[in-house]
Amino acid sequence: MSDKQHKQEPETTGHEWDGIQEYNNPLPRWWLWIFYATIVWAVGYTIAYPAWPGLKEATPGLLGYSSRAEVEKEIAAAEAGNAEINARLASVELTEVVEDPELNSYATQAGGAVFRTWCAQCHGSGAAGVQAAGYPNLLDDAWLWGGTIEDIHTTIAHGIRNEDDPAARWSQMPVFGDILSEEEIVQVVNYVMTMSGGTPQDAAAAEAGAEIYEIQCAACHGAEGGGDRFQGAPALNDAIWLYGGDYDTLIETVTYSRFGVMPPWQNRLEEHEIRAVAAYVHQLGGGEASRD
Amino acid sequence: MAILDKHKIIETNATLLLIFSFLVVTVGGLVQIVPLFYLENTIEEVEGMRPYSPLELTGRDIYVREGCYVCHSQMIRPMRDEVERYGHYSLAAESMYDHPFQWGSKRTGPDLARVGGRYSDAWHVDHFRDPQSVVPESVMPKYDYLERTMITPEHIEDLLRTHRTVGVPYTDEMIENAAADFRAQTDPNADHEGLLARYPKAQARNFDGQPGISEADALIAYMQMLGTLVDFSTFEPVDSR
Repeated sequence: MSDKQHKQEPETTGHEWDGIQEYNNPLPRWWLWIFYATIVWAVGYTIAYPAWPGLKEATPGLLGYSSRAEVEKEIAAAEAGNAEINARLASVELTEVVEDPELNSYATQAGGAVFRTWCAQCHGSGAAGVQAAGYPNLLDDAWLWGGTIEDIHTTIAHGIRNEDDPAARWSQMPVFGDILSEEEIVQVVNYVMTMSGGTPQDAAAAEAGAEIYEIQCAACHGAEGGGDRFQGAPALNDAIWLYGGDYDTLIETVTYSRFGVMPPWQNRLEEHEIRAVAAYVHQLGGGEASRD
Repeated sequence: MAILDKHKIIETNATLLLIFSFLVVTVGGLVQIVPLFYLENTIEEVEGMRPYSPLELTGRDIYVREGCYVCHSQMIRPMRDEVERYGHYSLAAESMYDHPFQWGSKRTGPDLARVGGRYSDAWHVDHFRDPQSVVPESVMPKYDYLERTMITPEHIEDLLRTHRTVGVPYTDEMIENAAADFRAQTDPNADHEGLLARYPKAQARNFDGQPGISEADALIAYMQMLGTLVDFSTFEPVDSR
C-alpha cells in the first residue's frame, strides 16, 4: 500500500501547519456507505419503535412494541399450551390427581418445577428438609399436619402459623419455661426421651416426668406420644425430630417452645400450581391414601 | 465551501473548540435526560408505595453497607422466565423512595425485589447465620454477626431528614416519632396504631426471635417488606409504559 502512495505525488488537503502538510486519504467507500446506511436505519428504527419524546409522551412507534405487552403475550402463549390440562388439574377432585395416570404424570413434573423454585430453599432441593433445624423432611412417613393429598394441598395453600392467611394451620405450644419449674422440665424431657426408646439422662427423673407429661403434654402429643395431626403436634414416640431429640435441644424446645412458620402459597401460586406441587410432594415417598 | 472555511476558525482556536464542544454535549445530554422527568410514561405512579419505616430504612442501610447489591438484584425484568420465578415484573415506582436504588447489575444470588413473605423470619435468621445450613449449594458468606450487633435509633431522625432532603416525603410527624416507631416495630406487644397509620402494611414483630433490637431485626424487617407494598391483584399495567 505504501508503495502505491509513493509512486505518484500524493494528494493533500491543502492544510499546512508549520510546513507540515496533511494527506487527503478519504475513508474507504464501502465503509462510508455502511455508515450512511446506519444513519438511515436509525431514523427508520425510531419511527418503528418508541423513541421521540413529545410534550406528554414519547412516540409509540409504528410497530406498537412494548416490553410489557411482549411478556404478557409470551406468558399467555405458554399458558395456552397447557390451558386444557391445567384447567382439568384445577377442577377435578384431588384424589383424581393421584389416580388419573395422565394427570398425575403431568402434575408431578410441573409440581417438581414449582417445588424447586418456591419450596427448595427451606425443604431442600431433594425435599429432605434440614435435619433438626425445623424444616420438615417431606420424604418420610412422618407428617405434622397430614400426608393425604388433601392435607398437603391445604398446608401448601394456606401455610402454617403465618399472619397473611386467616385459614393458615395454627397451633402454638406453650412456653413451658413459664409454667413448669426447671426441675419439672428436666423430668419431662427425660421421660420424653424414653418414649422413642431412647435412654434418658436420668432414669429417676424420667419416671417422675411421666405424670407431668400426662397432665401437660398428652392433650396434644397423645398419651403414647403419637402426636396429633389436627393440631400439628409432632409424634414423640419415633426417632424423627423436627428440631432435634438430644437432651439439650429438648430442654430448649420445652422451655421456650418452637414456632415454625410456612407462608401461604395461594397468594403467589395459581391453583393448578398448588395442586401440582401437592401431587409432587405426595408421590415423594410418604404420601398417604385419602380418607373417604 | 464557505462554511467549511469558517470551521477552520474553530479548529485553530482551542478555547472556541472547547466552548462549542461543551454546547453540543450539553444539548445532547438535555435531549436525552430532560424528557424522562416529564413524560407521563416514565413517571408511572402506583398505589401502595410509601416511604420506608425507620426500622426498614435502617435495614436497608445495612443491606447497602454489606454490599448485598453486588450479588443480589432488586429488579425483575419483564421476561417470562423472571416473572415465573420471582413474580410480577418490577415497576419503576417501586424504587421511588430508594436513594440510591438497589436494582443491581449482577445476580450471583437470586433477585430480591419480591422476597418479602417468601420465607419465614426464622429462615432468614438461619440463613444469615449460616446460609449453607438451609441451602447447601449456596455460595453466600455468613452474616452471623448481624444478630449479635445491637442497634439503637440514635441517629434515626437524621437519617429520615437526610432522605427528606433528597425528596422522600417524610412528614414532621414521621420524623418526630421515628425512634418510637423504630422500637414499636420490633415489639410485638407494643401499640402499633401510629406505626401502621404512618406506614401502612408495616409488619411488626420480633424478627430475629431474640431479645433486643439487632441488625438482623432491621435487615429482616426490610427483607420481609420488599415487593409487598403494591397490590398486583388490582394493578392494571398500561402497555405503553
